[in-house]
Amino acid sequence: MRQGNIIRVFNNKKILLFLIALLIQNISKAELTIRITQGVGKLTPVAIVPFGYDESSANLSKEITEIISNDLLRSGRFSSTPIENMLQKPTTGAEIDFDDWSILGVEAVVVGKITKGRNNSFNIQFQLFDIFKREQIVGYRLPANEITMRRSAHRIADMVFEELTGIRGVFDTKVAYVRSNVSRDRSSYALVVSDSDGENEQIILESKDPIMSPSWSPDSRLLSYVSFEGNMSSIFVQNLRTGNRRKISELPGINGSPAFSPDGRQLVLTLGGSDGNLDIHILDIASRKLRRLTYNRAIDTEATWAPNGEEIYFTSDRGGSPQIYKMKVNADRATRVTFEGSYNARPRLSPDGNKLAMVHQYRGDYRIAILDIKEEDFLILSSGKQDESPSFAPNSDTLIYATKLRGNGVLETVTADGLVRQRMAPKLGDIREPVWSPFLKL
Amino acid sequence: MNRFKWLTVSTLIFFVSGCTLYSGPGPTGSSSMSSADDNDPSSYGMGMDGDDSMERIGDDSFAEPLDTIIYFDFDRSDLRLEYDDLVSAYAQRLNANTLATVRLEGHADERGSREYNIGLGERRAQAVRRAMLLNGVSANQITTVSYGEERPMAFGSNESSYQQNRRVEIVVIN
Repeated sequence: MRQGNIIRVFNNKKILLFLIALLIQNISKAELTIRITQGVGKLTPVAIVPFGYDESSANLSKEITEIISNDLLRSGRFSSTPIENMLQKPTTGAEIDFDDWSILGVEAVVVGKITKGRNNSFNIQFQLFDIFKREQIVGYRLPANEITMRRSAHRIADMVFEELTGIRGVFDTKVAYVRSNVSRDRSSYALVVSDSDGENEQIILESKDPIMSPSWSPDSRLLSYVSFEGNMSSIFVQNLRTGNRRKISELPGINGSPAFSPDGRQLVLTLGGSDGNLDIHILDIASRKLRRLTYNRAIDTEATWAPNGEEIYFTSDRGGSPQIYKMKVNADRATRVTFEGSYNARPRLSPDGNKLAMVHQYRGDYRIAILDIKEEDFLILSSGKQDESPSFAPNSDTLIYATKLRGNGVLETVTADGLVRQRMAPKLGDIREPVWSPFLKL
Repeated sequence: MNRFKWLTVSTLIFFVSGCTLYSGPGPTGSSSMSSADDNDPSSYGMGMDGDDSMERIGDDSFAEPLDTIIYFDFDRSDLRLEYDDLVSAYAQRLNANTLATVRLEGHADERGSREYNIGLGERRAQAVRRAMLLNGVSANQITTVSYGEERPMAFGSNESSYQQNRRVEIVVIN
């Protein structure tokens, strides 16, 4: 109907042809296949043999073996041999009887041991073996202490994962999220950071007012977020180690949706002003200089950076319904990116820049979807009714997002191909807005 | 009971002092949006919340509580006609006391993405704000905040909860 009007307005044949070309282009966009994944992949059988120990490190050994084993299982790509089924329990490569493991159908075995170091430190030694080839794939000895023990175990799991899948592991990373306990008379909100397995929770901020939209700095040292302290929205940047925080934006109206630039020097954010027109701005953190990017009357928000720092993607309902747009940070024109369905919001780019995750409305439900930017393949990854806040792991291979379990917010992870979907163990309270940290420095 | 009387008296004192302070530019202060100037707020205000006792109307006209919540239809941010009277009642009180301010708190239901819902809540708060400005309230008497879906009134994931959550709450700050 709209095209009919346009054609009547323009009589010039060239313009008409151009419009028809445009129309055809739109139709071809509309033919993107939507695939829905089931979340089941093939599992590689591995064995993680309990690590050896001396009198002082029995508990440590148990804990470290469990962390490695749980990490690998949680990735959804491995099955592991139960300890009671193991025919032997070697702690070094020399002790491995490859036939014993072949019989069990195991493809790779992890062995290791804890040895005492100086003072209160110790060493974790591990080796990964290929059972078919009967050879070592990788082996290391890592110094550790009580405090660094968890990270060391995650790092071992990362090395095993990378060797067996070819994908860099993300077990030794963090996840930030918001937890709330909301009721009519009393509500509390917390900004929480935990290890990627949900353990080792650290409360960054507690408030009786809502906390929203956490975003990691590229060096993983800072979190930016929105807080509603004092009945207004403000954007803070907080140092995770010292706890110090700075209020960085408190203009009238909405201060929302902050995201660090890839170089960590700028925040892209949403400002609404007194007349409530939400537009995208870029704030230089050191100079506090503010630059406005969009001037549209519509809602423009949820901006995120392309990894090259030259482009942003954001949500806008300038076309009538929320869709994803992109624009160069030094240009003034935005182009529409999504054409599937009537609701696409909260874009997040994979760190390799190839995929765009978003919240997509599908048959009335809100799902996590992913658009392959080059292939133009559109994939629905999640299966809930109210899934939201997709965030890529730094390896671009896995995403974390929030979903509901019996009315309560919980977190799930899914691989970008949709084959492996896992729920993180539910915790107390309503959990949402997970954001995966960048790779951590050693 | 005593506390209620005290509140009434203090509110009255506040409104009186407000009037004397702002005797110059008139009830709408410095607002440029004074399209409702021809409605004299002071005379128009008295009969609004009337009951049958003559004496009490004058004393309580400002203390009489007004509804504090405006609800919105699904995916809409336009003000339903039924709220015209409520908005003008607030406008009257604000025009009569230019020191008083309101905070308009916009909310959305839980469906969809959170920061976009902040935008939807703000759109609703702005609809109420515009209606107040059209009723002659000064822009500097109104602040807006949008809580999106972060502060629900009802906790179910069903249409009846969603209806209660698509709202603007009006908070008067003296």
